[in-house]
Amino acid sequence: MKELSLHILDIAENSVGASSTQIKIEVRESTSNDRLRICIIDNGKGMSPEQVEKVIDPFVTSRTTRKVGLGIPLLKAAAEMCDGYLAIESQLGHGTKLTVEFKKSHIDRMPMGDLPGTILQLVVGYPKINFIFVYSINEVEHIFDDKLIKQELDGIPLTEPEILAYIRKEIEAGYYELFPVLEY
Amino acid sequence: MPTINSLEDLKKIREEALRKREVRNASGQKQIIVGMGTCGIAAGARDTMKAILEKIESEGLTGISVSQTGCIGLCEMEPIVQIQVGEGEKITYGKINPEKAAKIIQDHVLGGAVVKEYMITL
Repeated sequence: MKELSLHILDIAENSVGASSTQIKIEVRESTSNDRLRICIIDNGKGMSPEQVEKVIDPFVTSRTTRKVGLGIPLLKAAAEMCDGYLAIESQLGHGTKLTVEFKKSHIDRMPMGDLPGTILQLVVGYPKINFIFVYSINEVEHIFDDKLIKQELDGIPLTEPEILAYIRKEIEAGYYELFPVLEY
Repeated sequence: MPTINSLEDLKKIREEALRKREVRNASGQKQIIVGMGTCGIAAGARDTMKAILEKIESEGLTGISVSQTGCIGLCEMEPIVQIQVGEGEKITYGKINPEKAAKIIQDHVLGGAVVKEYMITL
């Protein structure tokens, strides 16, 4: 995978697979510290410490224990290559928090790619899950929460063209305000 | 196409959509499902889904729901797109790039004709 946004999508899909009803994705950048941190927090079924070890190690992971394949090990390797790290905190029955951090200016750091497009797909692709996206750069923050939209629509497909356009614009407006396209 | 600017507008759209739904139930709901497991994502499923959403928005296609699913065990055929029109049989298509997705929407979802060349026989 060549973009961080694809990894974010992949990790969020794991959260979906863990029966989460709420998934929060945070992307935080700090220019002064030169760090880029991504957190994906869900309220799914969670993992035991043994399971956490397994999803991090590609050679122990098996599809029968949990539906996690190479996604997490690949992201971990990418982060460690860029003076960063990947950590998972999880509690059975409560949820999982995955944190991955990079040195922002590292030459090997993958570009973010199409993050707004990725977020849009998650929001419309899983109408029953509440997605919250937090983008922040140097402590300036923008939050997109689809809870009200999904409540208001109450079962109407989010892929009706007018609704799709509305959600897309909401996500893009907040994102590009903080992250001008050229920065990536 | 009306522009939505607030939750109030969204409410109006919802009323409208509810009315349309009754009509649609007679003709059959159209469903598009995109496989978004690690295998799908690595094969380009995000761009396929993006193309589908863009076509729906730009051409104003109503009555189509697009959702995602995980790995269905045919990783080598990703990106996989499944189509179900009304009560009809669910058709599974393999190796669907944005161009092929556009053709499937045109011919199958809108036109009702299965695109046999992209079909996976299960």
